[in-house]
Amino acid sequence: MLSSFRHNTRFQVSVGILLAVLVFAIIGPFLPGRGDPNALPGKLFDPPSWTLWLGSDNFGHDVLTQLMYGTRTSLVIGIVAGGVAVLIGVAIGALSGFRGGLIDDVLSGFTNLLLAIPVFVILIILSDAVQNRSIFTMALVIGVTSWPWTARAVRAQSTSLRVREHVDVARLSGAGTARLILLEVLPYMASYISMAFVLQLAAAILAEAALSLLGLGPSNVVSLGIMLHWALLWESVRNGAWWAFVPPTLLLTVISFSLLLLQTSLNEVFNPRLRTGGATRRRAAQPTLVPAGAPVGIAPVEVEPVGGGPS
Amino acid sequence: MQTFRRYVLGKVAWYLGVLLLAIVANWYLPRLIPGNPVDIIISQIGGNATGEQAKHIYEVYVHEFGLDQPLWDQFLIYLGNLAHGNLGTSFAYPGTPVWELIRQSLPWTIALQVPAILIGWIVGNALGALAAYRGGWLDRGAFVSSLFVSSMPYYCLAILLLFGLAIAVPVFPAGGGYSFSNTPELSSDFLLDALGHYWLPFLSLVVVFIGGQAVGMRSMAIYELGSDYVNYGRSLGIGDNRIVRYVFRNAALPQVTGLAISLGTLVGGALITEIVFNYPGVGSVLFGAIRQNDYPVISGITLIIAVALVLANFLVDIVIGFIDPRIRAAQAGER
Repeated sequence: MLSSFRHNTRFQVSVGILLAVLVFAIIGPFLPGRGDPNALPGKLFDPPSWTLWLGSDNFGHDVLTQLMYGTRTSLVIGIVAGGVAVLIGVAIGALSGFRGGLIDDVLSGFTNLLLAIPVFVILIILSDAVQNRSIFTMALVIGVTSWPWTARAVRAQSTSLRVREHVDVARLSGAGTARLILLEVLPYMASYISMAFVLQLAAAILAEAALSLLGLGPSNVVSLGIMLHWALLWESVRNGAWWAFVPPTLLLTVISFSLLLLQTSLNEVFNPRLRTGGATRRRAAQPTLVPAGAPVGIAPVEVEPVGGGPS
Repeated sequence: MQTFRRYVLGKVAWYLGVLLLAIVANWYLPRLIPGNPVDIIISQIGGNATGEQAKHIYEVYVHEFGLDQPLWDQFLIYLGNLAHGNLGTSFAYPGTPVWELIRQSLPWTIALQVPAILIGWIVGNALGALAAYRGGWLDRGAFVSSLFVSSMPYYCLAILLLFGLAIAVPVFPAGGGYSFSNTPELSSDFLLDALGHYWLPFLSLVVVFIGGQAVGMRSMAIYELGSDYVNYGRSLGIGDNRIVRYVFRNAALPQVTGLAISLGTLVGGALITEIVFNYPGVGSVLFGAIRQNDYPVISGITLIIAVALVLANFLVDIVIGFIDPRIRAAQAGER
């Protein structure tokens, strides 16, 4: 297993990029002269120069400094929201798949109901209704609206895991439901959960960016989406002030691309039969978790062969 | 046919419930938050009114929204208004019904999205199937570039395209649905003008769709190409062309669901593309409404987005049940 991580180029590239972004966001604000994101060293759309490497935005903020703080905000929201979503999704999915029966009917009915209601709409309504949005309320709002995909994937897994022999053995030795789920079921889908977290993380970062772009972002801080919001509002694109919108755009793209690449590589490591090569000669073992073409970028979709999969 | 009817009836009941829940959420969620929409309006329009006037305005609005009624009655009034297509009146453009704003912008959104989704779906699926079948460099190249394009937030591509092809190298007009000198009408002059403004937002959407569909189709086709019926067919000596046809039909099934998701998020899907290009669709209206705290417009648009998604999901469930007998059998409880 470890050696397949080492030999997977996609894994190495994506982890490398993500580490670089992380260093940029964590170390950046501690560098000399970058202590205050609200400082106004420039004027309206100053072009890049020796003092302002990436120019200034519509207020006169240093774009590079804003970028560091903005990336940090986006990552924090993504990690908290992704964590909340995975926590809820795993809890509900594992319980409903493991217990079956009435609990399963109620919980997966609820999950499917939420899947059928457009999450982005609820996000807009909730964000619009909350007047003072902190980073953590934003993350919470995104997290509690985006877990159903994870719940459904986890439910499918735990349905098949609960009939394994080691679970029966543990049950016979007197373990209760909570103990069975925590010790006998969840460890066996650690790979699944880690992939789900990566997808939820990417989706949450994009959801925050989309909401902020609409003008519903967190108050009193800067994020990548908020930078784009102001850049669009002040017509930086039509004024040719590329330094105001190209850096946050590229950073969002790079973060989202490397997260999805990481997810794909994890999938290849965990399901070796998915690796590229002559497609005709191999058998794919498992349906994959694939990012949706869903344009809002909110919902990771699990693509499963309809009806015809191995059961 | 009996099974199919039961399947359809079950779906109708389920989606009616979903629709009701979406409407209730759209109506109730904002009311959970402390504070009163009327206070916000008063602080916006009646800032310099005297105490007596402000009190009067307050009462008028409270009555107009029915806020003095019990919650249950409020919901019935809301439903009744919906049934008459009455979504309320805009705050920011006093006297303009919300429905009128939506009616003007919705056709632009649909005209932009439907062709992009359909063309992107067809091209993306063909590309994904080809990549899976051929393997090798085509697979690697198509897969990585599709993954890159589809993982790029769609509005990021839109911003970069706008800058690259309208500002840096001015090939296309820089945004808007038509030139300022033109007014919307059914003339060849106007249509040509609108078509010129159409390409860039269209391009930014279709590229992303192609990427997303290709990634999904590739993994489905790889899965199908390794299945027993393909191996069996090969051993019987069936030609590659026919096998590809079988594989494509099977692998395309989940992709129909993908098409559903895209068509369902139609109205809400390209909100930001429209904002980037100043395109006169629903997204631009929503953007303006959020900036002006135009509450009735926001909730009207979220309702339209929700209804569109529920409707599209319903239609696709019906279509899938129609083309795949296994699904309707499973749903009708025969398996």
